[in-house]
Amino acid sequence: MFVVALVAWLVINAVKAPTDFFDIMLIGITTGCVYALIALGYTIVYGILELINFAHGDVFMLGGMFTITYATHFFNLHHGQGMVIIPIIFATLVLSMLSCGILNAVIEKVAYRPLRGKSRLAPLISAIGVSFIIEDVGLAWKGPNYVTSPDVLPHSAVFSIGNVHYDWNKLLVVVITVPVLLLLTWLVQKTRQGKAMRATSQDMDASAMMGINVNRTISFTFLIAGALAGAAGVLYALYVTTVRFDQGFQLGLIAFTAAVLGGIGNLPGAVLGAVLIGLIQAFNEGLNWHAPGSDWTQSIVFTILILILVFRPEGLLGERTPEGG
Amino acid sequence: MTQPDIQEEGAAEQIGFRNQLRAGWKALPIAQRIAISVGLELALAILFFFVDHSLGYGVAAVSALYWIHRLPPLPWKVAGQVALIAIFAYPVPTLAAGLAIIFAVFWVPQPLRSRVLPVVAILLAVMYPFYQPKMFVMPIFGVWPDIATGVYMLVFVMMAVGLNIVVGYAGLLDLGYVAFYATGAYTAAWFASLQFPKTTFHMGAVGITPNLPGIHVTIWLLLLLGGVITAFFGIMIGLPTLRLRGDYLAIVTLGFGEILPQIARNSDNFLGTGFNLTNGPNGITPLDSMGFGSHIGNFTHGVLPANYLQCCNATYLGHQIQSTDLFFWTAIALLLVTVFCSFRLQFSRLGRAWIAIREDETAAAAMGIPLMRTKTWAYASGAFFGGVAGAFYAVFKSATFPGDFFFNISVFILCMVILGGMGNIWGVIVGGAFLAYLNQEGLANTGAWINANIHFGSHHPNLDVPLYASGIYGVIILVVVLFRPEGMIPSRRRAAELHEGVHDDPLYDTQHAGAEA
Repeated sequence: MFVVALVAWLVINAVKAPTDFFDIMLIGITTGCVYALIALGYTIVYGILELINFAHGDVFMLGGMFTITYATHFFNLHHGQGMVIIPIIFATLVLSMLSCGILNAVIEKVAYRPLRGKSRLAPLISAIGVSFIIEDVGLAWKGPNYVTSPDVLPHSAVFSIGNVHYDWNKLLVVVITVPVLLLLTWLVQKTRQGKAMRATSQDMDASAMMGINVNRTISFTFLIAGALAGAAGVLYALYVTTVRFDQGFQLGLIAFTAAVLGGIGNLPGAVLGAVLIGLIQAFNEGLNWHAPGSDWTQSIVFTILILILVFRPEGLLGERTPEGG
Repeated sequence: MTQPDIQEEGAAEQIGFRNQLRAGWKALPIAQRIAISVGLELALAILFFFVDHSLGYGVAAVSALYWIHRLPPLPWKVAGQVALIAIFAYPVPTLAAGLAIIFAVFWVPQPLRSRVLPVVAILLAVMYPFYQPKMFVMPIFGVWPDIATGVYMLVFVMMAVGLNIVVGYAGLLDLGYVAFYATGAYTAAWFASLQFPKTTFHMGAVGITPNLPGIHVTIWLLLLLGGVITAFFGIMIGLPTLRLRGDYLAIVTLGFGEILPQIARNSDNFLGTGFNLTNGPNGITPLDSMGFGSHIGNFTHGVLPANYLQCCNATYLGHQIQSTDLFFWTAIALLLVTVFCSFRLQFSRLGRAWIAIREDETAAAAMGIPLMRTKTWAYASGAFFGGVAGAFYAVFKSATFPGDFFFNISVFILCMVILGGMGNIWGVIVGGAFLAYLNQEGLANTGAWINANIHFGSHHPNLDVPLYASGIYGVIILVVVLFRPEGMIPSRRRAAELHEGVHDDPLYDTQHAGAEA
């Protein structure tokens, strides 16, 4: 019933203003790609430790700040440089992923590892503490205002169908996101380290007995998750062009919702959930006919989160576990 | 590459290092040990003396206290304490009086002391408005908190005691406690303001003209109503969500804590109907005043004032009573009721059921404890006190704004519970009072002190300390969870649990949970 109403709402909107509708859809998919990178970080950490890493969103925020610092201070990125921006963006991406990855691994070592095996809520509480600390690190570093990055990504259309334009800046987000996703899937599915990660997530004691260095595997997972957050930070900083110290927490929660929607611990699920959440957000904020508007975005996203957790805790693509999520 | 004992290895190493240090220290002759300790303490005191005089005295006083504590019993200790008060505190009468009271209380033998201590604490709290202006200036923290800050502290301690029921007793992590606070505040605001001008309904409200539009119910009833509505709301949230596992429950409560303020912010046009429910971001203000009404006021000759905001000609003990004082005393009364209920709940059948669930959910269920109902009751009780505190604080501020109900507040209250010691009411009260004080005055005072006293040559840091409040709470949370998970004043039972680990959830394995249970 609800789904029918939703579809009807979308169709009516699409018929009333088709150009807007498809433009908004493209925006939604692009935002969804950024969310996907963050959501994957939540999902792989949850998969291995069953820990909701609250600090992840703030690591992503710092990633955005790293990006702006590296790009503008080290590489002197500015508007109208032509093709030079491609190596600059690539170098920034690598540096930012490295910084965030190392940061995330350090956080794990300092704040979560000593609590492993104690009460389940202790690491969750310390994650909240870390999140607040990182937020204030961002505040102390860049101040309370928005930090802006130069708007270097070209806005010209790659191709157009009718009046709907697909712009280069949106394409670039996808062009960076998709290889990262493929790389991650390959890493988890095909490599030895990935095998160790999967084993550790299934049974930590047994994998230790099989000769897997559990601590290193978990550190590696956090490194990868941090690198994903760093990549998301680069995309966000370049695509949205503004970063502020307190954005990480909100966006992190939205991305977490995406991970839960797709089925937490499930890599394709996180991507699917993220694109869905991106679309929902874009439709809610962009459509004109009877859309609740951006005032309600958070409420809608959290309502989805609560409904999913209550009625289908395994998510859209997850399997039902004996514990029921 | 095999590492069978991942956890033990690190711990053993740490303990080994500590033991080495301790053994080395013990090997020294006693005279050398005393000399080194006293020398270090003196050096520290002198160092601090140059930063700030009172700080140096403070360090010296604390170390002197420590040495008195090491003295052989009775006459020497008494002499030492009297000497301490005479040397350090005599020039500052309020400090001397305070120390004398503390020493006196701790000289009462034990079974009696546990009764004397709360009585003295309550008396000191109630008398606070009278001696607050005369209090000495603390090192670093500066002047003692004023009465309005006192009300703020009491309200937040009350919320912390409420949250302690949910988190400390029942072990359910609630990250959206601010939603309960908001519900209570808006309940009071709806029924004691001009928010609904189409209805005119009066019931015992004070300080308003007859026929004033809007709903005006007496605040005493609203405090109760705020609690009941919030408890009902807690049950509504709890019923679908409480069967979720711990960390998912935390996320769901966080979700509610984020949705509710947004509804409050957006509901000046409720669901597009044009109905102004919450007056949007401007909030609802002003609220009616508190008071006992003219009948009781006249009958008691103003001891129970008719209206808190139009009172106060009386001067007792050289202090003219302010309306803030009345709110302060009311807050103390409310807090006492909360603490009393909390104590009674702790060892009731329900309270024991909560603790059983916290310690081992599966075992508790096997012993016949109805999980859902017991958890829902924890939610409802916690929510009730949050609602009462929220309603009272809204009345005290005479306003409620959606901006007051950020996620930070939830974490702030949680931080109080964690710092003080989950499950221990005394710990929660102390932790809550301290953090609420920090938030309201302490951080600003500390920042001013740092900016005035700490400088590197000519370089002054000019820190805006209150700006980093949430980061400071983050550090507190992290340090406490890592190094002293049972909190500053632990409940003995909870500490034992935290150190041996809780076995209600399999630690790593969710796939095969059924096999273990």
